[in-house]
Amino acid sequence: MSKVSDAIAPPRLVIIDSGGYNIGSVMAAMERLQVDATLSDDPALIQSASHVILPGVGHAAAAMRKLREHGLDRLIPQLTQPVLGICLGMQLLYEHSDEGNVDCLGVLPGTVTRLPSGDGLRVPHMGWNQLQWHANAALQQALPDPAWMYFVHSYAAPVNACTVASATHGSAFTAVAQHGNFLAAQFHPERSAQAGAALLRTFLAL
Amino acid sequence: MSVARRIIPCLDVRDGQVVKGVRFRDHEVVGDIVELAARYRDEGADELVFYDITASPQQRSVDVAWVQRVSAVIDIPFSVAGGIRTVQAADATLRAGADKISINSPALQTPALINQLADAFGSQCVVVGIDSILVNDQWQVRHHTGDPDNMVDSQRLTLDWLQEVQQRGAGEIVLNCMDADGVRSGYDIDQLSAARALCQVPLIASGGAGSMAHFDQVFTRADVDGALAASVFHKGVLAIPELKQWLAGQGHSVRGTTC
Repeated sequence: MSKVSDAIAPPRLVIIDSGGYNIGSVMAAMERLQVDATLSDDPALIQSASHVILPGVGHAAAAMRKLREHGLDRLIPQLTQPVLGICLGMQLLYEHSDEGNVDCLGVLPGTVTRLPSGDGLRVPHMGWNQLQWHANAALQQALPDPAWMYFVHSYAAPVNACTVASATHGSAFTAVAQHGNFLAAQFHPERSAQAGAALLRTFLAL
Repeated sequence: MSVARRIIPCLDVRDGQVVKGVRFRDHEVVGDIVELAARYRDEGADELVFYDITASPQQRSVDVAWVQRVSAVIDIPFSVAGGIRTVQAADATLRAGADKISINSPALQTPALINQLADAFGSQCVVVGIDSILVNDQWQVRHHTGDPDNMVDSQRLTLDWLQEVQQRGAGEIVLNCMDADGVRSGYDIDQLSAARALCQVPLIASGGAGSMAHFDQVFTRADVDGALAASVFHKGVLAIPELKQWLAGQGHSVRGTTC
């Protein structure tokens, strides 16, 4: 990865190289939106970005280890520009995850827990589900109603004060969260067709 | 609302093109991979499956170049099946942009591969495909079904294998009922219902779709999470927008095609 001192101008969007397997898909989504995105784990470069995305597919404990290796566990909570956590990247923004019983970044309040199963409920929660809005949120702008998004996850965050939209898999969980400059989506906007692209476009315009 | 029932076109890939055969034989070319994928995305397909039918019998790995081409264009989830025999091959396929990898014959040869993949990537990335055929009143698993000359009886019972793969960490199961495949006389409701009763992860029906009513039946009676089909879509027998609209009218939760 290039150092910020080598760059002519700071990049607009930095995607944090969290080792997640959706990074390629997120980068491709940015190409479709004709947005220059830089993939990096360099704290200086991340800090200089106008927008930051924390993607992630994988295991919470392993992802936190990777962030700690680069000191990103300390950097991310201090960021002041718009930050979007996607899927596991969202879960890492909470205080704690039951997946690997690991302390996370603590930007959003609450503990990520395993989704309930049985009684016709299948885990992973995999497929398209609708958003139920709880509050007027910046990310709601330009989205179709209803907004169908693509989810694939076995853990989820509870509905609480930072929830702006929920989805239902047996019971409601947080699908979109916001706290100050930190935004989060449990679904994959990069794989949610036009609705997902609209959400990403709205985030990049913040 | 809850999670929508998924409509999943399956594109069999051979030498870089989409093909379709009847009962796994006599493959004919039906079109270019990216072109067909984009068409189905535009029509409202919820997900796509690409099955490299040459990779597994020929002991080849998936060519990730076309996976990258698909990922660059397609903004709905897709999985890649065929020829993934190692954690390294799965890693390359996922890095190329596949959302899930699907394994079939290699899982039968090395069941621990399912555990390794689930540990490395999480269960949500790991789909196990099961090709099943009725023999002496029992559903049995077949492997290397992509090539009839190399097809082998795995000596496993389908419902036993279905439970084992879940214990090993499969995050989704595609049950391909070979007796029904390619003949468009409906999904194998009996077999899929039996599988459903033992399946705690998402279950996808495969083999037999011929009409809109077949989708209604498999969702209503076998309670599957998704229905996979190939020839009815490739040959224009069914159009996805009309199918989804009709299913919504039958009371099924399906993703709107306008958004």
